[in-house]
Amino acid sequence: MIPKISPGFEDVLPVEYRELVQDGSYGRNLRIKDLGTFKESIEEHPLCAGCALSLSIRLIVASLPCPEDTIVVGTTGCNSILMPQLAIHNIHSLFGNQNAVASGLKRALKIRYPDKHKDVVVVAGDGGTADIGLSMTMHSWFRRENITTIMLDNEGYSNTGGQESSMTREGVVLYMAPLGKKYPKTRMFEIARESGCAYVAAVSPASPRRLEKMVRRAILVARAIGPTYVQIYCPCATNYKFSPSETLKRTKDDEQIREYMSSDAKELIERLGE
Amino acid sequence: MHFPIILFLTKNWLESHMASAICSQKDYKVVPGPEAYLSPAAASMGIVLPEKGQGLIEGQIVSEKVAMEAIAKKLLGAKNPTFFPGPNVLWAVSEKAVAKAVALQEMVKAVPGMKIIPMPDYRPKYPMINPEVEINPNHPNLTIWHNEIDVCVFAGVHCHYANLALKIIRGGTDCYTIALCANPGHEDAMISLRDVHVEDIRRLTKVIERLREGSK
Ligand code: SF4
Repeated sequence: MIPKISPGFEDVLPVEYRELVQDGSYGRNLRIKDLGTFKESIEEHPLCAGCALSLSIRLIVASLPCPEDTIVVGTTGCNSILMPQLAIHNIHSLFGNQNAVASGLKRALKIRYPDKHKDVVVVAGDGGTADIGLSMTMHSWFRRENITTIMLDNEGYSNTGGQESSMTREGVVLYMAPLGKKYPKTRMFEIARESGCAYVAAVSPASPRRLEKMVRRAILVARAIGPTYVQIYCPCATNYKFSPSETLKRTKDDEQIREYMSSDAKELIERLGE
Repeated sequence: MHFPIILFLTKNWLESHMASAICSQKDYKVVPGPEAYLSPAAASMGIVLPEKGQGLIEGQIVSEKVAMEAIAKKLLGAKNPTFFPGPNVLWAVSEKAVAKAVALQEMVKAVPGMKIIPMPDYRPKYPMINPEVEINPNHPNLTIWHNEIDVCVFAGVHCHYANLALKIIRGGTDCYTIALCANPGHEDAMISLRDVHVEDIRRLTKVIERLREGSK
């Protein structure tokens, strides 16, 4: 739904809200190329300088095909400090529950709005998706829920001071993992593909247009076919001890762009011209 | 044989403490604070919601008529009366919401000097809100303190966020809170009406106008 202000209250609403109504992204089919020309749904946030999560979230939000009919489901992690400030419906779930919450929400929305697409998009960190919530994540894929899962992969538990996650690379030493990771990074791309996701992609914010294309494809395939997964590499400046100004370079150097789509998904994407 | 003595002491201790707990619940009044960093939920202190046709004044059930008169008196006697509209009336989500917004603005006009400060949504904003122009349910005390509001009216705020805001205001400020609730009322407000719809707001406005004219 595109928000309108009740008559007579226009002058009392803070300017930020008036701008969102007059010049926000709702109902305008805006894209990443339009950034800087409209009032964005996320502006201020408390994440660290140089955090690739904040850049990725900005790009994800600008890529949503229908922000006014999107509900973002998140969970604990650095990103969850930013998420409640989005001017988009969002739910914070208990740590790891995000795909279960999103499944229920999507099913309820299908019943409540049978003639309308309501996009349910999980945006969570690697700890929430691949460790603590792995069971919920995978079971939502096994059940073929019509939801998109986006993992912000910063390769560790960052907001608790730097513990290793299953997405941390082998051998990496973090503040609270001084002996180095003893086993390889979990292959979530392959797990998603084998668990029934119709569309799976890996990208980083160093390629904004590609990220946009992948997020849009994932959401459109989830609407029509089944679960989808996008893994976004978001290195953490604070725990990986690099200068905030190096974030993009690091992201670009390490970027691993991959894409898989089922034949149904391929056909749909071609038909939609995405 | 110490065992019976311990039992006896425990029984006495329990009886005396239960008695004081029951007594404090019975005597509890929902009045302006600052009450405590974490003021208790009025419901946990024994305050119950009104039935249809009734209202609440400081935790006591009264008729709706009496509650309306009390609201009008409080608003007309306030130094800095302020209306806090919530998302259910600020946003034109339905014809009902728009009609209610219009009726509430008529009410505001009836109270000399009444200001409007909106609660557009419930996002816990960082680093902080601008208390001059908005109120947030997660730290409503900032807006009350900054604007020195002595009496406020809430309408159009979803139940759980209204209760949160009302409790925080009671905990940290001396502001008198009034809730115009569309559902069963708010026990955490100092005065609460229930089932408040357009026609009820207009009736309240008429009461305010009558008392205002009468005091001239
Ligand atoms: S700790 Fe790392 S992931 Fe978390 S906000 Fe800071 S830079 Fe971003």
